Amino acid sequence: MFLELFFQYLVAGLTYGTIYAVVGIGFNIIYNTTGIINFAQGEFVMLGGMTAVSLHAFLPLPLAIAGAVLVTMAVGGLIEMLFIRWLVKPSVLRMIIITIGVSILIREGALHLWGEGIRSLPYFTGNEVSAIEIGGVRVSPQVLWALGVAAIVVLLLNVFFHYTMLGREMRACASNRDAAALCGIPTRNMVTLSFVVSAGIGALAGCVVSPITQTQYGIGAGLAIKGFTVAILGGLGNSMAAVGAGFILGILESFSIWVMPTAYKDAISITILLAMLFARPSGLFGNSEAARLKEF
Amino acid sequence: MFQRFRHITALAAAIAAVQLLTAATGKEFFLTQLTMAGYYTLVIIGLCLLMGYAGQISLGHAGFFAIGGYTSAVLTTVDLSAWKAAPAISLLAKSGILTGRADLYGGQILTVHPWAAFLCALCITIVVAFLIGVPVLKLKGHYLAMATLGFGTIIYSVVLATSRFGAADGISSVPAFPLLPGLAVTGGSSQRVANYYFAWLLVTVGMLLLINLIHSRVGRALRSIHGAEDAAGAMGVDAARYKLNTFILSAVYAAVAGVFLTHYNGGIGPSEASIMKSVRYVAIVAVGGMGSLWGTLIMSAVLNFLSLRGYFGTFDDAVFGSILIAVMLFSPEGVLKLDIRSLVGRWIRTDRKAGA
Amino acid sequence: MTLLEARSISKRFGGLQAVKDVSFSVAQGSIKAVIGPNGAGKTTLFNLLSGFIAPDSGEVLLRGMPVQDLPSHAIATRGLSRTFQHIRLFGGMSALENVMVGRHVRSRAGFMAGMLNLAWTRAEERDIRDRALDSMEFLGIGQLAHANASSLSYGQQRAVELARSLTSEPEILLLDEPAAGLNMRETADLAVLITKIRDRGITVLIVEHDMSLVMNISDEVVVLSYGEKIADNKPLAVQKDPQVVRVYLGEDEC
Ligand SMILES: Nc1ncnc2c1ncn2[C@@H]1O[C@H](COP(=O)(O)OP(=O)(O)OP(=O)(O)O)[C@@H](O)[C@H]1O
Ligand SMILES: [Mg+2]
Repeated sequence: MFLELFFQYLVAGLTYGTIYAVVGIGFNIIYNTTGIINFAQGEFVMLGGMTAVSLHAFLPLPLAIAGAVLVTMAVGGLIEMLFIRWLVKPSVLRMIIITIGVSILIREGALHLWGEGIRSLPYFTGNEVSAIEIGGVRVSPQVLWALGVAAIVVLLLNVFFHYTMLGREMRACASNRDAAALCGIPTRNMVTLSFVVSAGIGALAGCVVSPITQTQYGIGAGLAIKGFTVAILGGLGNSMAAVGAGFILGILESFSIWVMPTAYKDAISITILLAMLFARPSGLFGNSEAARLKEF
Repeated sequence: MFQRFRHITALAAAIAAVQLLTAATGKEFFLTQLTMAGYYTLVIIGLCLLMGYAGQISLGHAGFFAIGGYTSAVLTTVDLSAWKAAPAISLLAKSGILTGRADLYGGQILTVHPWAAFLCALCITIVVAFLIGVPVLKLKGHYLAMATLGFGTIIYSVVLATSRFGAADGISSVPAFPLLPGLAVTGGSSQRVANYYFAWLLVTVGMLLLINLIHSRVGRALRSIHGAEDAAGAMGVDAARYKLNTFILSAVYAAVAGVFLTHYNGGIGPSEASIMKSVRYVAIVAVGGMGSLWGTLIMSAVLNFLSLRGYFGTFDDAVFGSILIAVMLFSPEGVLKLDIRSLVGRWIRTDRKAGA
Repeated sequence: MTLLEARSISKRFGGLQAVKDVSFSVAQGSIKAVIGPNGAGKTTLFNLLSGFIAPDSGEVLLRGMPVQDLPSHAIATRGLSRTFQHIRLFGGMSALENVMVGRHVRSRAGFMAGMLNLAWTRAEERDIRDRALDSMEFLGIGQLAHANASSLSYGQQRAVELARSLTSEPEILLLDEPAAGLNMRETADLAVLITKIRDRGITVLIVEHDMSLVMNISDEVVVLSYGEKIADNKPLAVQKDPQVVRVYLGEDEC
């Protein structure tokens, strides 16, 4: 009985952890190329899930998801081109406020388009009661989908950043923008691309977890703060560490329900964020010496 | 020096003129929203000091408003008559800190006196602002923004999750706040004009204090921190302390507004603690011109009034989101300082670059 | 009497030993210079003395009190003021306001007093303004009082920065390359000025590349090379020191 409960919490934690991890990675991708924290990051997840639900009304599931991811990527690119691209040396404060404004607009747009209703995609395989037994523990197949997709996303991102020309150019841009520009890399387009990529993975995550966690117009802000927590836990800019951090946060949060009312779940993860920011802003896995050189 | 008083006098005249105008046009019911706009303005000018002069963003100021409002709401509504016999309670009752009154159903209840609740709210706010401020203000940029956002979210989710705070419904039937014999902060229409003047009197006094402050040694120190923090340190300015004090001061402004608006409305709900409220405060400071107290005051009065009257309809939040973006894109100095020529120039330049 | 003393202070940046085991003292009422080739660690030394960075080891004593662990504002309050090699004025404030900030350590109006604008606060404010104007007059930049600080020329900004420090009436003034960017006449004027400052009872520690300035006005000279002190003596003796000559000739060659 105890073990069963334990594993249920663990699995729930992993599911939420996936989404936090992906949002955290999204933060990092944009942060690395631009130095901007995109407060609208969580909206991509919402947008992906909601669009997919709408498209699924007349498209088969895989196409609906693909469509949703493409639409969200387009929105991501558009945001960059409309609001970020033409600013000359914007201050951090300005960027924070602009991306917050963007997130509000996306959220309000979603509210007007889709209303306040809670929606979700159908389970990819089976339904809400189907389960797969792994070593005596029953796990919903959707959880495996979520974990699998997250793994593939991480893998593809690694391949992209390390083995493709475009990915390498983005990394060059991340490590030294001016030098990259001197080498003829179109840094502005790299920035757009980083918005497109992080919108895309956010949307994909929004789709795979939608059957379990469900989607509503207002989930973005909460996810953004969780994603940021994860990015900080892993060390800002360190994409792969965000994966581990995402699972840690998801699991911590999930087990917090054991000792605290569910309603305090958010408060707990944010307390972790604050504690982390105060104690070790370089992240769990980060190098505090290197982090000190960054402008906090 | 004298300019200060000219401005303050102009503000007082404008406040009176608006009231006379509503009376002359038979639109006294506008005063309700104008009064509420006054209290929000109090929050916003406090935030303006923090953002514009100390250069620190706070995305959690609705949290302080809520701490003020909820503290006062809880203390003035929770019935203590069951513990009347307890020596501590009876002592408090005798000293006037507790006060008896009739509740909605005619029963007699014993609650904390609004003034005592007000002082309590202030103390709690100062303590919380201090505890949060010490670590948070060590952060900069994104980290500071996220940490204050996190603080606001915590307050919001705690309010929403706690039955003592009425969870999603909030707290209602908060009593009137007695100011003078015959004058109380309450939403009743007989006291509408008086309440309008009281709210804006608070704003005027609050404004005068802030204007004095920014023209003082402290204001100079704050601007020097904003200009070059390390050089300010070399001149003996303790940046951490000044930021903290400013943070606490602006939290107190928010809490005072929270207390009085709660008594004025007769209640408070979780939406007052929401992130959207905090963002709205920041938006108005930004439109007012980030560090222009007068610009912020004017923008706050206008925008809050329009919003409270429902002119933005279901697009209320979207309007503030758009305002934020538009101001930050085109005129980070605030709309009152919009520089059209450089703006057009910038568009042309980027177009050329894009075309080349 | 020793006013400021460094006791074998060291500072390392990653793999670079910027200041290594440096000890020296500054006598009250004297002018002492720190010289050395580019990158010798002079600015780092100033940063250590003024509390901008903490030494890895060693002690800094101000009037015999250890101050190496204090933040810069606390050291400023104890009577040490400094200027910067790369000028740091407060943008968006007038020259006069910049100089008035210098009086911060010698005035006391806090948040309450500032908000209430009490009679004594107003009097203090007038005093701050008068003293700020005085130091600007003393440096011959009185006419710039109401100009925006960031619109001033390089030399004028230097003067404003100096006025800002002087307004605090420090016990000791640290000047980091005050003659940088000045022409010969202005440098000569500066020499006179620094002696005048000393005559006001303010001890001066100066980093400077201009040898004629250093040798003319200093009572003692410390020479740094690669973070280490290689000489600490009267100007004439330093000029004859073979190690110093080698360091400077070596520099001339490249
Ligand atoms: N914050 C820092 N981090 C890393 N290295 C530093 C830092 N500050 C200074 N350095 C290095 O320490 C060495 C000493 O620098 P410093 O500025 O003290 O020299 P300096 O004698 O003032 O030179 P200059 O005459 O050019 O002003 C230099 O090699 C410099 O690059
Ligand atoms: Mg130097």
